[in-house]
Amino acid sequence: MAEIVIDGLIKSFGATPVLRDVSLRVADGEFVSLLGPSGCGKTTLLRIVAGLETQDAGTVRIGARAVDDLAPKARDVAMVFQSYALYPYMTVAENIGLPLQMRRLSRAQRLPLIGASLPGTRAIRADIEAEIVKTAEGLGIGHLLDRRPGQLSGGQRQRVALARAMVRHPAAFLMDEPLSNLDAKLRVKARAEIAGLHRRLGATFVYVTHDQTEAMTMSDRVAVMMEGRIAQFAAPQTLYDDPETLAVAAFIGAPEINVLPAKRRGDGAVEVAGAVWSAALPDAGGAELHAGVRPESWRIAPRAAHADPAWLAAEVRHIEHLGSETLIHCALARGGHAVVARVEPALAAGFRAGDGASLAPDTTKVLYFGADGARLRGARPMAARIQPALAHHG
Amino acid sequence: MDRMTRRMSPAAFAFAAFRHAVLGLGSVLMLAPFVLMVAISLKPPGEIFAPVFTLLPETWAIWENYGAAFQRQPLARFLFNGFAITFAIFALQALTALPCAYALAKLRWRGRETTFVFVLLGLLIPPQVTAIPLYILMWQLGILDTYAAIVMPSAISVFGIFLMRQFFRTVPDDLIHAARLDGLGEFAIVWRIMLPTAIPALIAFGILSFVWNWNEFFWPLIVVQSEELAPPPLGIVFFANAEAGTAYGPLMAAATVVNAPLVLAFLFAQRWFIDGVTMTGVK
Ligand SMILES: Nc1ncnc2c1ncn2[C@@H]1O[C@H](COP(=O)(O)OP(=O)(O)OP(=O)(O)O)[C@@H](O)[C@H]1O
Ligand SMILES: [Mg+2]
Repeated sequence: MAEIVIDGLIKSFGATPVLRDVSLRVADGEFVSLLGPSGCGKTTLLRIVAGLETQDAGTVRIGARAVDDLAPKARDVAMVFQSYALYPYMTVAENIGLPLQMRRLSRAQRLPLIGASLPGTRAIRADIEAEIVKTAEGLGIGHLLDRRPGQLSGGQRQRVALARAMVRHPAAFLMDEPLSNLDAKLRVKARAEIAGLHRRLGATFVYVTHDQTEAMTMSDRVAVMMEGRIAQFAAPQTLYDDPETLAVAAFIGAPEINVLPAKRRGDGAVEVAGAVWSAALPDAGGAELHAGVRPESWRIAPRAAHADPAWLAAEVRHIEHLGSETLIHCALARGGHAVVARVEPALAAGFRAGDGASLAPDTTKVLYFGADGARLRGARPMAARIQPALAHHG
Repeated sequence: MDRMTRRMSPAAFAFAAFRHAVLGLGSVLMLAPFVLMVAISLKPPGEIFAPVFTLLPETWAIWENYGAAFQRQPLARFLFNGFAITFAIFALQALTALPCAYALAKLRWRGRETTFVFVLLGLLIPPQVTAIPLYILMWQLGILDTYAAIVMPSAISVFGIFLMRQFFRTVPDDLIHAARLDGLGEFAIVWRIMLPTAIPALIAFGILSFVWNWNEFFWPLIVVQSEELAPPPLGIVFFANAEAGTAYGPLMAAATVVNAPLVLAFLFAQRWFIDGVTMTGVK
């Protein structure tokens, strides 16, 4: 068991900077996701932690040890790869057993024929065999031990990859999009299984994904990576409710947060596409702002005209029924901005494409960002600002 | 067949016929010497120079010719030499090519690309060019007229390195990463992870290596004087010289025997050979 401390990592491939000063502290036993768009350097970061890639600058500490000079095998971490990287010419049992063989048997004991006759080899091999079976059965792949990876389904391969990582009880697990090759149904199931595995093992997990649902549902904390930097590192709900930057706000949440250009007015309120919203904003931060409204923060009413100046006139463009909720896509009358509102299905019944509608946000939930994308925080009710205590397992 | 020809336009049919004719003619030209070789090896001396050529003899002389081939010369010894030499060469080539190819394909080090250019240049150098320096080297080492002198110059095959490197490049990096995390050293990765995935390519290379070295005549001719070290082609020449070219039947019988392993090896491994070659195709 170990905490992972990443400090000031910098890495370029040739002239391309991939990591620009990444620092991250993952607590012992914590489940942290690295979430970010494709190409932002998640895999590179994970590889550096595992020792498969060398950083240009910065340090990595696992537990009490700085591991920068240690070979991958000495770092006591296991990795699950996106492609699973199972050894194609070994059986499932051999795949799972290889890390144990390499660790417990001496070089001589590993030799074919001769090795078997050396003292102790037989007992160690029997132990390894027992652990392979135990690990495989724990993951429900006990009946597949004699197969080769080519004869397995995607879900089964993923479990073999997990078993190979688990079997040596590493201090930390590094997982690089282990579910991205599974179909949607299987992915939901595997998500729950990995979360369960984390609870059972109590090991530190660093989980790379570009699927925000995965990150949000499984993690204690999520590190959002963008362009080689950690944009924000916080609990999932905090990322959603209280993003630090416009980029994070836009990345987290589906459908995306609605971003509208806003103007600060003298009286502290802001003007958005002709409507006036009350807002408590700090004095600094310039006149041009971005107002971010989550789809579920809208209130929506039929008819484009509304007496209250906080309401925006709009036209319904199209409606998506998702069963548990309904998305109403509108275009604002002033400026033509597209916005999405998420409402109860019952509430949506009165709307048709082409109808007029008016929209107003719950003004306590509007997120404001400066022209540079940095969050502007006002004197809003504190309850929404308190960061949830870092939940992790002891 | 009928349906196919009917659906073809006359022009397409003519072209297909032409294509087959050219290919057919080509294969006849290629096969003719072999057919002749086998035919002569079956005939008694009187029939070999008969004015009318027949494929099959009137009186069969299999026993006489093949018996003579094995008795009048140490043909079995030549065959043994052939197998021993080609096997030793291939083993050494695999032993050197696999780690080199791995380093060139998968490890990152300064000078890698330059080294690879040298490997490619090595492909362009005909073996005759290096024959004299190598001969002097063998002489200085005092190993002229030994198996080692035949084997050593072929122990490193740039073609093998090139072929395996192309193949290794198609192996995903993650497989190697996984192996490093599982505790394998770089050599263990070569033998336990890369080698098994490369078996088809290695077999393809093995067959090419076998064919080349089995047929190798030039180099053994230079370094070998003793008849008992001669590989098959050289052995046959020793024999032909000794017998002053009179006994064509036994000579062709010996040639047939010497060629048989090549044909068998190719037939046996044809599937692997074609798989391996296409798999290393440039992607
Ligand atoms: N070995 C390499 N040589 C050169 N460039 C590389 C190498 N590995 C990664 N890169 C580059 O570094 C950047 C980050 O790659 P990385 O694989 O870390 O992204 P990622 O966040 O894991 O993306 P994805 O979600 O698509 O897996 C990419 O632009 C990629 O092209
Ligand atoms: Mg990646």
